[in-house]
Amino acid sequence: MQLTLEFGGGLELLCESVKIHEVTVDLEAEETKLTMKQLLSWVRTNLIKERPEMFMKGDTVRPGVLVLVNDCDWELSGQLETMLEDKDVVVFISTLHGG
Amino acid sequence: MDSGGERLTASEIHTELASLQTAKAAIDERISTLESLLKNITTEDESETASSTPAAAETPLTGQLTADMIYRYSRHLLLPSFGVEAQSNLLNSSVLVIGAGGLGSPALLYLAACGFGRVGIVDHDVVELNNLHRQIIHTEAYIGRSKVESAAATCRAINSTVRIVEHKEAFRTSNALDIMKKYDIVVDATDNAPSRYMISDCCVVLGKPLISGAALGLEGQLTVYNYNGGPCYRCLFPTPPPTTACQRCADSGVLGVVPGIIGCLQALEAIKVAGAVGEPLSGRMLLLDALSARIRIVKIRGRSLQCEACGENAPMTEEQFRNFDYEKFTQSPLSTSPLKLDLLPEDARITSKEYYEKNIKGEAHVLIDVRPAHHYKIISLPNSLNIPLSSLEQRLSEISEALGRKEESASLYVVCRRGNDSQRAVQYLRGAGFNLAKDIIGGLESWAHDVDPKFPTY
Ligand SMILES: [Zn+2]
Repeated sequence: MQLTLEFGGGLELLCESVKIHEVTVDLEAEETKLTMKQLLSWVRTNLIKERPEMFMKGDTVRPGVLVLVNDCDWELSGQLETMLEDKDVVVFISTLHGG
Repeated sequence: MDSGGERLTASEIHTELASLQTAKAAIDERISTLESLLKNITTEDESETASSTPAAAETPLTGQLTADMIYRYSRHLLLPSFGVEAQSNLLNSSVLVIGAGGLGSPALLYLAACGFGRVGIVDHDVVELNNLHRQIIHTEAYIGRSKVESAAATCRAINSTVRIVEHKEAFRTSNALDIMKKYDIVVDATDNAPSRYMISDCCVVLGKPLISGAALGLEGQLTVYNYNGGPCYRCLFPTPPPTTACQRCADSGVLGVVPGIIGCLQALEAIKVAGAVGEPLSGRMLLLDALSARIRIVKIRGRSLQCEACGENAPMTEEQFRNFDYEKFTQSPLSTSPLKLDLLPEDARITSKEYYEKNIKGEAHVLIDVRPAHHYKIISLPNSLNIPLSSLEQRLSEISEALGRKEESASLYVVCRRGNDSQRAVQYLRGAGFNLAKDIIGGLESWAHDVDPKFPTY
């Protein structure tokens, strides 16, 4: 499955300062869809190069990170249970406090 | 008066000058008398008119707008989608801007210019030279003076008809309710996590819409909270982020125009909310990536029933708000004063003055600067070796080699910007066998303060 993953608000620093990643995630044999939960663990293994605790806490993202699936807060699509489809765009963005 | 070929003596010139000046004075006096007579005649004429239409000068010609207002805001009034109605709404509204920094500066310029009836400014800070690249409401003349005074002076210079209210104090749970009660709309232009939770909660308690902006580095974020049934800050971020995820402009840097853009957008949203026009950015969030020139507007969750501030079951009360410890909740201070760690025993540290003296005496040593490489490029101490803290572990051999080139008893000193990372580095180095490593207390800032006042700070 092809996905576009974007990191912002400083999270890109955890993946060698690259903001946009065009990735192909291989599904398990009998599955046709991917959940956000599976994607998070894939991201942690394959993209996060340092300080994984700045990205995840337990099996979800750490507090202060917004997850957007096709420009929509993942809270509206079922959070970890959100089903992803081919060509989806998933954005991980850390909330900023500066001014 | 033809003086073409005349040859005048100095005394003749003096005499003629004196007589001309006397004549000129008489003419000036006559002009002034006539002007004053004319003014009286005009006023009498006006008072005649006034008796037929009482208080003509004060009475707005259309709705509530006076002639001056119509002229000043004419370009707003000419907008069919804005017009007299929205402008009147603005004139009857008040807005509180918390923070007169990178976001607050441009926001305040527009909020004062556009004709809000009353604009409040909260800040406890003073203007510094390294603010001016982005905090464009302040000028060099105000360095060292209150940001609120400086911002208020600029706002008044732009629009003397707006009431500018100065709140020269930090926004805290003890004064927040009293200050915010007097305003219709709140603009969060602060720079830290505890303030953002506190301001959002206060807006929920008092039922005020909150225009929230943030900027760091080359990115910005904007949304409207607690508006028209939309979410509050806590609905979106019920748990505060770890302190390590809360970067500050003073540490991470910020391109001046980025908060400028977000601050302008905050003014725009405040104008839409106050003017009752358009669709304020509620339930949506704008994300700006300045470097790639991309703006994305995303849909965010609605109000959460379980929210600890605005939830159905237990909306926050004034009492609860006053007693809430925001610094404890977010594990970070409300004031922006930098962190001061104290990780090391006394014998693992030296002051910048002590280091200076040892250096002068020619003591054999190696000085490691653990700041990031782009900091090191700004300014560094001579003969220091740059090994950023993040790569210290992998580059220990370079330290051994540097020490190996010195005599056997060479010391090992570690410096950074303010003396926090140097302590972390020394702690690590001692654990890795460099038992004599010491940090320079207070880092390069203390060097500039105590040893070399000409050493640049940033
Ligand atoms: Zn809420």
